[in-house]
Amino acid sequence: MSLATAADGAAPQQNWLDRIGAGHVILAVALLLYPLVASDFFLTQIAGYSMIFGVLALSLMLLAGYGGMLSLAQITVAGIAAYAVAILGSNTSNVLGFGWPWWIVVPFAVAAAAVTSALIGWISVRTEGIYTLMITLAIATATFYFAQQNYAIFNGHSGYAGIHAPVFWGIDWRDPKPFYFLCLGLAMLSYAAVLYSSRSTFGMTLQAIRDNPRRMRALGYHVTAHKVFAWFLAGILAGLAGVLLVWFNGRVSPGTIGVDVAIDILIIAVIGGLRHPIGPFVGAIVVILMQTFAIDIVGAERFNTLIGLVFLAIVFVSPDGILGLWGRIKPHLAQGSLRAGP
Amino acid sequence: MSILDQPSSSSLSGGGVTRRQVWGLVGLLAAAIVAWLVFAIWPAWLNAILISKKAFVSAILNGLTLAGLYFLVASGFTLIFGLMRNINLAHGSLYLLGAYIGYEVTSRTGYWLLGVAAGFVVMAIIGVVMQVFVFRRLEGDDLRQTLVTIGISIVAADLMLAVWAGGTYQIATPEWLDGALTLPVITAVRSNGASVFLTYPLYRVVVLAAAIVIGVGLWLMLNKTRVGMMIRAGVDDRAMLSASGVNVHAVFAIVFAVGAGLAGFAGVVGGSALSVAPGEDVRYLLASLVVVIVGGMGSITGAAIGALLIGLAEQIGLVYFPTYGVVLTFVIMVVTLAVRPQGIMGKAR
Repeated sequence: MSLATAADGAAPQQNWLDRIGAGHVILAVALLLYPLVASDFFLTQIAGYSMIFGVLALSLMLLAGYGGMLSLAQITVAGIAAYAVAILGSNTSNVLGFGWPWWIVVPFAVAAAAVTSALIGWISVRTEGIYTLMITLAIATATFYFAQQNYAIFNGHSGYAGIHAPVFWGIDWRDPKPFYFLCLGLAMLSYAAVLYSSRSTFGMTLQAIRDNPRRMRALGYHVTAHKVFAWFLAGILAGLAGVLLVWFNGRVSPGTIGVDVAIDILIIAVIGGLRHPIGPFVGAIVVILMQTFAIDIVGAERFNTLIGLVFLAIVFVSPDGILGLWGRIKPHLAQGSLRAGP
Repeated sequence: MSILDQPSSSSLSGGGVTRRQVWGLVGLLAAAIVAWLVFAIWPAWLNAILISKKAFVSAILNGLTLAGLYFLVASGFTLIFGLMRNINLAHGSLYLLGAYIGYEVTSRTGYWLLGVAAGFVVMAIIGVVMQVFVFRRLEGDDLRQTLVTIGISIVAADLMLAVWAGGTYQIATPEWLDGALTLPVITAVRSNGASVFLTYPLYRVVVLAAAIVIGVGLWLMLNKTRVGMMIRAGVDDRAMLSASGVNVHAVFAIVFAVGAGLAGFAGVVGGSALSVAPGEDVRYLLASLVVVIVGGMGSITGAAIGALLIGLAEQIGLVYFPTYGVVLTFVIMVVTLAVRPQGIMGKAR
């Protein structure tokens, strides 16, 4: 008995590193040490921003990669959370702004985003595959125009400004280093959560539904409920990202949830790769770096042409994004080293 | 599957004779009410509810014109989708590029009709080029085709911004299309007994007429010609059409040419009625999406019905509840999806 428990206890300890993966540990350590070498600009504008958009794209990857539902409404969901933060918290636009403390505002904002996402999911799961993309695009565009025209709730074209990240434990969380760790914490947490849930019963069921909905229905699974719950989970991720986004920008306006941003999220996810949760983060870093430094190469004006062409190239060359590209190159490299060996 | 469905559908239509009659009655009643609303002289209480007869009838006419425009854009979209399962998210870009080309040609040559023709022809050529060089390479992969169209629309929007900048253009209409038409609709009666008739821009009536003519033409082409037969067969079963010896690629190219050409045509026509500016591509892409979702994917009749619904809803919404016009469009879409997920005229798959 005691032997058995000892063995049980030893087994996970033994392959603790294997279970998490050496790559993950190295990555986590590197990211934790990153603030020591990086300037404030690289800390927030590059790393923090990439992680926020990485989480947003991760919520899309959860839907598209595991559920087979390609959504263009993730930024809309994040926008709902961002607007909720502005409305329930305090802003300087003199419209609404209930002034609630952040620890009430954030759960409400995330819940609102998750419920909205579930609603969007409930509407769009009535159709399949490529249709989902159309419907979510229509929803995203309609929300954008509505936010632009509605002054009672969304404060129209100008949106809300003067939204501050909370200050507690004596730390202003909008300062570069704390904000970086906030983003890092959220990114790691959501990455681990998606990785875990993909191996959970629910994740397995969702992937099975993606592969063959008819068979799963015949086996007695409630296909719609599973899909809508996936949308709910993705909504939580997108909502959290939306909260960080509004703290980062300090403002939210219809431009935040525009169609171009919605398409940016899709580009990030596709460039990174939709097969593994690390893909969206890779894509986010690539796109944000391009966004920041392409100005030096092609000028700020023609940035969209560049990113559009890169996107086209990725779609043509490697449907699985950069991850897929790596997956294809890796065997060649391994063989190369074998050949070079003797 | 379809054999199994047969009895249930026939029994439905058996019981549907009375149902159809009921719908016919409802339709007649609605038509009578609309006719009365348009031609009768309104009592004061109705004027009080609906602002004024002029506003109401103008909204309906504007809605019809807009519906015509939407139909022109969406019919190409729905044809391409129905045949190739390819959601061409660059369709809005085709509209805008057509409008810009129409503007350039019209302002340089001075002939508006030449501009319209250029918009159609250039876009049709671009459509064929896209089909041959892009979509044929990705055949059978719907998702990648759609992603490619997103990429194309981004690049196209940016390049158009580079060439034509952010300004707003208006395509000049020729003189014979200017002026107003006095319609036999009495909007009010003056105190001296004279009737005030409704006037409406001639150009918009022409847009509506053009949309109807093109709609009928498309219907004839699809239902009465050999190419149309191939297209319809392709919509139903692409593989079978290919197996029976038809060059499917040629059919695809024709459909893409017609669809893209119509988008360009609509661009010039719409750019003359309204204006040409960056951002219009997204607006018309959204319109086509909603029209096609509501009307049913791949159906020309569906596109016409969807365009009517959305165009009227948008203009009536603009007059009576300006802030929530978009929401009305959206509600129509959601209700359609809830009641008939495949769209009003769509086939269940």
